[in-house]
Amino acid sequence: MTLLELESVTASYGPVQVLDGVSLSVPEGGAVGILGANGAGKTTTLRSISGTVRAGGRILFEGKDIRGKRPEQVAALGIAHVPEGRGSFGALTVRENLRVGAYLRRDRKGIAADIEFLLDLFPNLKERYKSNASALSGGEQQMLAVGRAVMAKPRLLLLDEASLGLAPSTAKVVYDAIARLRRESGIAMLVVEQNANLAFRLVDSATVLETGRSVLSGTTAELKGMDEIRRAYLGG
Amino acid sequence: MGQFIQLFVDGLSNGSIYAVLALAIVLVNQATGMINFAQGGMAVLSAYATWWLTEHGLPLVVAILVSILLSFVLGGLIERFVMRRFERGDPDTAVVVTIGLLTLITGICGWLWTYNNKQFPSLFSLKTVDIFGAAVSVRSIGTFLVIVAIMLLLQALFLGTKLGLALRAVAINPQSAAFSGLPVGRLLMAGWGLAAALGAVAGALVAPQLTLTPGMMDSALVYALAAVILGGLSSPIGVVVAAWLIGVLENLAAVYVHFIGYDLKVAVPFILIFVVLIVRPQGLFGRKVVVRV
Repeated sequence: MTLLELESVTASYGPVQVLDGVSLSVPEGGAVGILGANGAGKTTTLRSISGTVRAGGRILFEGKDIRGKRPEQVAALGIAHVPEGRGSFGALTVRENLRVGAYLRRDRKGIAADIEFLLDLFPNLKERYKSNASALSGGEQQMLAVGRAVMAKPRLLLLDEASLGLAPSTAKVVYDAIARLRRESGIAMLVVEQNANLAFRLVDSATVLETGRSVLSGTTAELKGMDEIRRAYLGG
Repeated sequence: MGQFIQLFVDGLSNGSIYAVLALAIVLVNQATGMINFAQGGMAVLSAYATWWLTEHGLPLVVAILVSILLSFVLGGLIERFVMRRFERGDPDTAVVVTIGLLTLITGICGWLWTYNNKQFPSLFSLKTVDIFGAAVSVRSIGTFLVIVAIMLLLQALFLGTKLGLALRAVAINPQSAAFSGLPVGRLLMAGWGLAAALGAVAGALVAPQLTLTPGMMDSALVYALAAVILGGLSSPIGVVVAAWLIGVLENLAAVYVHFIGYDLKVAVPFILIFVVLIVRPQGLFGRKVVVRV
């Protein structure tokens, strides 16, 4: 069953049209990648879903159009956005960051169990549990950002460029943990990533954007087999 | 010795005035990330509201409670309809807007109620009790206790409650807060409302001592800001201790340090600020902000 469906979504920043017909769909429990060069509209696609930019076209979540909703309303529907740049609450501790993530929940036991699960998934966070987020390394902040999103118990995770600014080995650790998260939680994911090799560790299928349009989509295996994808995104 | 204790106790009493205003500044800062220079003016407006209500026959306690409620609403409205436009932009602009608000509110108070002193009824008795040879008014003790209570409440709010955590999160990163489902606009309004309500308490505590005028809080605001820097913006307990320290030190300096005297004692908190900013920029009790990139 389809969880999220984008139909010819458009968006612009002032007079500059950034999205010019993006279509894709994420099945329940599935993971879909968005590939594309800088400026292709990957981040804007996620923003149009989470309500931080105004969008045209149709954005259906569980069959209902969610365009025009404010970010906190979208979050309440079960969509968690892990923004580019991680968006940590620097002056709050790791513990407090995770608590903020669970703001909409009332089930104390479930919250405690999820924190337990996350600290097991990201052991680094366990060591830094009482430190301020601003004192964490880039990789740890990325883990925290994912953790905060997961604390909301979302149906869909929007993951924006989780590898940005991380050493390749750290980025792999982060992606492997997210892949494990996906296996154990069944949360559906829409993943923006410049580094297609990393994205393919996590997603089943992907859509390629070029200047704000979906130009191609297919399963991971299909895409890996295409010459132009290999040349453009997989380093030959 | 008797003189020393008297100076010390009077200093604590003055310091309490600075403390309550400083607490309101900390509250707004923790809840919106801003320094609100209009805090003193808002407290004065609340004090006038209380005074006006008592003049129209309401008992003082009831008048104070009504004024606290009105101030909460007004604080929220100021956030929604004035500050909201500036919160996303340059923080310096927002600070200038609060200074403008201070001038505006002071002007409105003067226009409505003139610049003449008004006698504001005291919540506590003016009788004095003898403590270690110093005469201490019941009012000072009452003020002192109310401030300690507010301080502990704020500390508990920010560190021990979900609302406090949500207020802080919104102040630090509104966008991330929204992504976690926090109602950002309503929380910002609540932060300003709470600070304005606290301002109403401050006004009611301070007005009997300073006598009510539109500029009543101006010099207290300067001391309160000094206390905020000294104590650390993130620490309710810190700013109260700092405010008491300032009150006591300036009193002692005025008498025991001859070249300072009563004329120069206003300089004492600023000397303290210089020293603290050089030695411990995060304030005596503030948390150091470490940023790794």
